[in-house]
Amino acid sequence: MNRFTHLIEFFRLEEPNVQIVFAGVFLLAALSGLVGSFTFLRKQSLIGDVIAHSILPGICISFLFAHEKDPLFLLIGAVASGWLSTYFVDRISSGSKLKEDTVIALVLSVFFGFGILLLTMIQQGGYGSQSGLDQFIFGRAASMTRTDVLILVLAFLLISSTVIVLFRGLTMLVFDPDYAGSSGFPIRILRSVLSSATVLTVALGVQAVGVVLMSALLIAPPAAARFWTNDLRKIVLLSMAFSVISALMGSASSYTSTGLPTGPWIVMFLTFFALGSAFLGRKHGVMRRLIRRRQNAWKILSENILKSFYYLSDGFTTQAGYSVAMVSKNTGINQLKVRFGLLLLKRSGSMNRSQGGWFPSSDGKIEALRIVRKHRLWELYLSRFMHLKPDHVHEDAEGIEHIITPEIESELLAELGFPSTDPHDNEIPEITEMP
Amino acid sequence: MIKEVENPVLETHNLTVVYDRKPAIWNIDFTLPAGSIVGIMGPNGSGKSTLLKSIMGVVEPNSGYARLFNKPLDAVRKRVSYVPQRQSVDWDFPASVLDVVTMGRYPHLGLFRKLRSEDKEIVADSLEKVGMLAFANRQISQLSGGQQQRVFLARALAQQADLYLMDEPLVGVDAASEHAIIDLLKQMQASGKTIVVVHHDLYTASEYFDWLVLMNTRLVASAPLEEVFQEEMLRDAYGGQLTSMSKIAALLREKSFPMRHK
Amino acid sequence: MNELWIIGTAALVATSSSLLGCFLVLRRMVMFGDAISHAVLPGIVIAYFLTHNKTGFPVLAGAALTGLLATLFIQFFNRKVRLQIDASIGISYTFLFALGVILISLLGPNVDLDQECVLYGEIAYVPLELIEIIPGLSLPRQFWILLLNMLMVTAFVRISYRYLKLGSFDPAFAAGVGIPVALWQFALLGGVSLTTVVSFESVGAILVIAFLAGPPATAYLLSRALKQMLYLSVAFGITATILGYYLATLLNASIAGSIATVIGVQFLFAFLYVRLKRNSLLNTPEVHEIK
Repeated sequence: MNRFTHLIEFFRLEEPNVQIVFAGVFLLAALSGLVGSFTFLRKQSLIGDVIAHSILPGICISFLFAHEKDPLFLLIGAVASGWLSTYFVDRISSGSKLKEDTVIALVLSVFFGFGILLLTMIQQGGYGSQSGLDQFIFGRAASMTRTDVLILVLAFLLISSTVIVLFRGLTMLVFDPDYAGSSGFPIRILRSVLSSATVLTVALGVQAVGVVLMSALLIAPPAAARFWTNDLRKIVLLSMAFSVISALMGSASSYTSTGLPTGPWIVMFLTFFALGSAFLGRKHGVMRRLIRRRQNAWKILSENILKSFYYLSDGFTTQAGYSVAMVSKNTGINQLKVRFGLLLLKRSGSMNRSQGGWFPSSDGKIEALRIVRKHRLWELYLSRFMHLKPDHVHEDAEGIEHIITPEIESELLAELGFPSTDPHDNEIPEITEMP
Repeated sequence: MIKEVENPVLETHNLTVVYDRKPAIWNIDFTLPAGSIVGIMGPNGSGKSTLLKSIMGVVEPNSGYARLFNKPLDAVRKRVSYVPQRQSVDWDFPASVLDVVTMGRYPHLGLFRKLRSEDKEIVADSLEKVGMLAFANRQISQLSGGQQQRVFLARALAQQADLYLMDEPLVGVDAASEHAIIDLLKQMQASGKTIVVVHHDLYTASEYFDWLVLMNTRLVASAPLEEVFQEEMLRDAYGGQLTSMSKIAALLREKSFPMRHK
Repeated sequence: MNELWIIGTAALVATSSSLLGCFLVLRRMVMFGDAISHAVLPGIVIAYFLTHNKTGFPVLAGAALTGLLATLFIQFFNRKVRLQIDASIGISYTFLFALGVILISLLGPNVDLDQECVLYGEIAYVPLELIEIIPGLSLPRQFWILLLNMLMVTAFVRISYRYLKLGSFDPAFAAGVGIPVALWQFALLGGVSLTTVVSFESVGAILVIAFLAGPPATAYLLSRALKQMLYLSVAFGITATILGYYLATLLNASIAGSIATVIGVQFLFAFLYVRLKRNSLLNTPEVHEIK
């Protein structure tokens, strides 16, 4: 059977084992996407890392008491030691001069080391290496059972309903904890609810995807979602979506190519989404910034060209057209760029072309007047309020003229007392209808 | 009002620094006379610290440059001493007062040269001048704010520079320390040093400085005290007149606009 | 004799990591160390694949470059993409670690490596593999490699002590006197990366992190001077190694796990001691006044 039919087989969910894995991974991913959004926004992503490393000793101790792998019993141990680790992080950072990053690394490595100590004791003691506890380190999604899935369903229902009920408080906690505290929100309770949810999620997840990869599941989806929106509701939903899609793609890849582990593949897809969002994200993505920068460059180019027509025609007192070469000479911009800028302006209806050359349309003239006006207003502002000498203000105004909004323009006018001339005694043009 | 001086000890030319697309300082252009105590003043967030950092090369300016003793910084590093804000370091660092002041000799010693007896004398002498010799073996985490500041000044003295750039040396300092520090600055001036101090208390400025630089992202004034210390100038530097300026700065940031036109 | 080799090998790791860790603690960069120690996995796998399991120092040094790659990733995410620092660290190291695990399973038959070994090492095997350094002198291979690394790290700290100190205490001042602060920091992280790579086979990544954070943190609580912190940190590291070894033989458990546990206990004692001392200092004068 080739890989493709394997893939189809996976998504058909015919094998009962595949059904369980599918359901388990789906629920786990949704859960960590949900909980991770809040830890990410509270800038506590690495706390998830601490918890993931710290549940091992709890599991081992539970096993030592129960002498068997009762999932519920192990979960209680896991949650208890996960909780204890966050307690230690809090106590040590607030009770000593140590900084939080040191405390995190310390607690994480000591808990995990202690876990390894217990684990190797169990494996070499009378219990045999059949205890299978080492899957808590690297995870084994394929060995999930119905009980595991049932526990995940319950946890998902519990945590998601809590989040829905407390949504407003959690929003406050995430974006403005100081204000939330002062306006009477029960900050401490909200914080413990959140960390309990994180501990529970991690404790459930580590078994399936392993310690390191559980951390990725908490961090990457919300980081990816954050690039697309500022709205908490949308961040949570997007984060859950990224998480679930990566998890399913990861499981499918691992199913189709035998021997490849699930967890690392999930991380590959998670990183892919995080990187993709970092570049393409509509709100904070890198591409967005680049596009905006290019749009700005075009805007500046066309405005400078328009403005040069004002100077060339001496305030639009003549009607003759001008050649590309003349505009280029006047602005100091190379001809290729000038030509491009003129075409942009023509497309937006600000520029006409005739045999005599290029000349602005009436819209274009108004636009040009507005730019000259903003330039001169800003020069006046600088020399009046910043006490800059008249020969120091031009260069600056060349940059600022393109960004002054109509609102700022009218404020400037008011602050300057509706002036009529700039520091060089040039007229500040009025905007009137153009022929 | 911007007054130029002949043979300046420090000159900046169109110095501009943009943090995260928001201009922190913008086209700063001034010259300072040798042998004076200069106060750099302006409201919070007006770029005073950034100005010092960009002069010292701690932050890279986006455009413009600074010259010290009419040379680029790298040629005269040993003649310049920079005193960062006291709050910028972690005072829990395991070190004694003596350790910190000895750091002032590191630029002269490099990595390998041993501390000579003359270096030790300079360190002791610097501690003496700030009145901290008795505390030489004290743990730095056990110092008061004023004492921490004096330790920083002693470290600067140990550098034996000719130009001192100090970032807020009088913030969070008790009255006794403040007087001691100002006396020290006057002594340093008397022995021919130039001292540039970032400061924000308007009331004491007229007592402490003989040259003032007023700034609010841009340079507002740079001139002898009495010429700058006029109500109108101060109002312009501190006042609410500059709402348009801050709105523009916010817009530049929001829209990723290039600050300077090429 | 075997006992001595095992303790000696672990003590070499303890020395290098505890020294470097001091500067990470003072610079609040311990989590960079954590990230590096996970992120070297793909480098190690490739080194193993290319050299068919007989890795010498040069190959391992090459593998250490992946650790530095992680710091570049972190800085790329943090500065260029403007992602908050905790998430930048998290995404970078989980990605590189996962890549390493995938490489292991892809190259499987050709690489005698498993992820368990990378996390907690196989120190008990150290004395089994001897190499002849000079005619007549044979040392365990791991011991020899770690000795070289320890000498390099100690020399680095010794030589650049002043710049490391100044850069850790007051980076702005250091930059002001013309020290290339970023370059020295990069060298420091390079040392951490190299140490992780050469240590993984014997003690594993987790113990390196425990050494990077634990002994320096304990020493930080008790020290009044940087030199004292460095010496104390190494002393705690080595003591934890010796105690940990005997704890492990006593319980018949993992040596790396036991050492990490002892490191935790050491810290806990120091933490409580400092708190008790502070409380008694705070309380004593008041008691006298009431009388």
